[in-house]
Amino acid sequence: MSGSRRIPVEEIRHIAELAHIELTKEEEIIFTEQFNRILEYFSMIDEADTENVPLTYHVLDLVNVYRKDEVHESMKGDEPLRNASKKEGRFFKSPRIV
Amino acid sequence: MSRIYELTAAELPDKVRSQEVSAEEHLHSILERIDRVDEKIHAYVTIAREEAITRAREIDKKARRGKKLGPLAGVVVAVKDNICTKGIRTTCSSRMLENFVPPYDATVIERLKASDAIIIGKTNMDEFAMGSTTETSYFGATRNPWNPDKVPGGSSGGSAAAVIAEEATVALGSDTGGSIRCPASYCSDVGLKPTYGLVSRYGLISYANSLEQIGPITRTVRDCALLLSVISGHDSRDSTSVKIPREDYLKYLISDVKGLRIGLPREFFGEGVEEDAKEPVLEAVGKLEEFGASRREVSIPAMKYALPAYYIIAMSEASSNLARYDGLRYGYRDKNDEGNFDEVFSRNRRIGFGAEVRRRIILGTYALSAGYFEQYYLKALKIRTLIRRDFERVFKDVDVIIGPTMPLLPFNIGERIDDPLKLYMCDILTVPANLTGYPALSVPSGFRKGLPVGMQIIGKPFDEGTLLRVAYTFEQNTKYHEYRPPL
Repeated sequence: MSGSRRIPVEEIRHIAELAHIELTKEEEIIFTEQFNRILEYFSMIDEADTENVPLTYHVLDLVNVYRKDEVHESMKGDEPLRNASKKEGRFFKSPRIV
Repeated sequence: MSRIYELTAAELPDKVRSQEVSAEEHLHSILERIDRVDEKIHAYVTIAREEAITRAREIDKKARRGKKLGPLAGVVVAVKDNICTKGIRTTCSSRMLENFVPPYDATVIERLKASDAIIIGKTNMDEFAMGSTTETSYFGATRNPWNPDKVPGGSSGGSAAAVIAEEATVALGSDTGGSIRCPASYCSDVGLKPTYGLVSRYGLISYANSLEQIGPITRTVRDCALLLSVISGHDSRDSTSVKIPREDYLKYLISDVKGLRIGLPREFFGEGVEEDAKEPVLEAVGKLEEFGASRREVSIPAMKYALPAYYIIAMSEASSNLARYDGLRYGYRDKNDEGNFDEVFSRNRRIGFGAEVRRRIILGTYALSAGYFEQYYLKALKIRTLIRRDFERVFKDVDVIIGPTMPLLPFNIGERIDDPLKLYMCDILTVPANLTGYPALSVPSGFRKGLPVGMQIIGKPFDEGTLLRVAYTFEQNTKYHEYRPPL
């Protein structure tokens, strides 16, 4: 199975980028080693016979839980900004986009 | 009464009502206890001393005026630091949320306050609940009160240690793959993971939302029932909370297991489970048989795949749930804002998250990425179905499943932390209840080499009553719940 294929460091770097997590050079090497061992272990699920077995995304059989469209109390004034480290006036200050 | 901090949650409220003991003197007795022992244990991240004293005085005032007091009047509760408390910082033991002060209370906190309990502080945990030892906390490890060289279990290690060290009367933890039961077992507490959907998750900082539940960690089964009665019940703010009538779980505390059918899964007593972990549990089952229960061997063949399936699902959900931490609206934001949006966020997340959190986010992203989605994530969800089917089949013939909570005794701090896979293996006996959503409870069942061993009792969905009855019967006929660590 492809599960036991060794994942190169370049691929770990790419996935980390997708996950928006910077890795140091040293971490790239350690993580690559660890991930290969962990994924090799995970790949044991390949052998399980799951033909025609449905998926369990969730243990409860809930579908479309609705509530009435009523206005509830929400945070007031500057309350939503209180935990932001950079703000300007009543706005969150974001880094530049491009 | 020099040691009023020893009172249980079931004993205290009547004394506060009758003014035999004031909530404030009880609170001070616990605060002094914390001052004396927490240096050795490090159960707490934050102590909300002032807020707690104010609350205690309000409760005493109500008592003096003869006003009606709630079922937890004066009870001092330690809360795991991933449950939001209005005005008290909630860190998830992460640098990412080191200074995060929630603007609202979790539903369970609202319910505790409405029942006149006192929140004393926030307990240490594995960062974002990702671990089984409480060693991955940004604030440093918690130590096992029974032996400070050993881990207290995790991820709710601070809550479990605080309760057995009598630094709180009861505590709340959360359980995604064993995070209540594991530390309860390692610290000699009663710990319950309720059926998925029984307790509102509103205000619980999400790690793996389809697996986790908030639950009680206590010194006695009675306190567990009492706390569960307060925190359970439908909440419209959590769409996965189930609409069933609220229950008073105290009514299940009957010392009687006549006719109870116990299933002992072969897989819970097989390879990889140490003798020291098995023996006390088998002795405990023998005890239950003396009181009229019967046992039979059962099998959960899909358990063999439970651990990888659990980790794939948990990591996948984590990669999505933790995507919100960008440092913009809250959370760690580095002074260095150099670079574009992507670069800044990636830097905030490298510095804000510890190694295990980053490992799980990246692996989860991998399992959900094009080309691997089917092989890992979808396959794991199918295995989840297989385990559910095994549970449904087994529970046709038995009322409860019993096995050890943990496959090994508490181990040394630092012993496994460098080998993630070795650490993951510790969760083998606890993850099935999360994958299936079934309720599971760990109750103290003895000691080996001076360290506690917990017995795990798994029940049918929403049958917490039977779990409590079985645990209560065992507890009332043994002395293990009376033992305290030498502190």
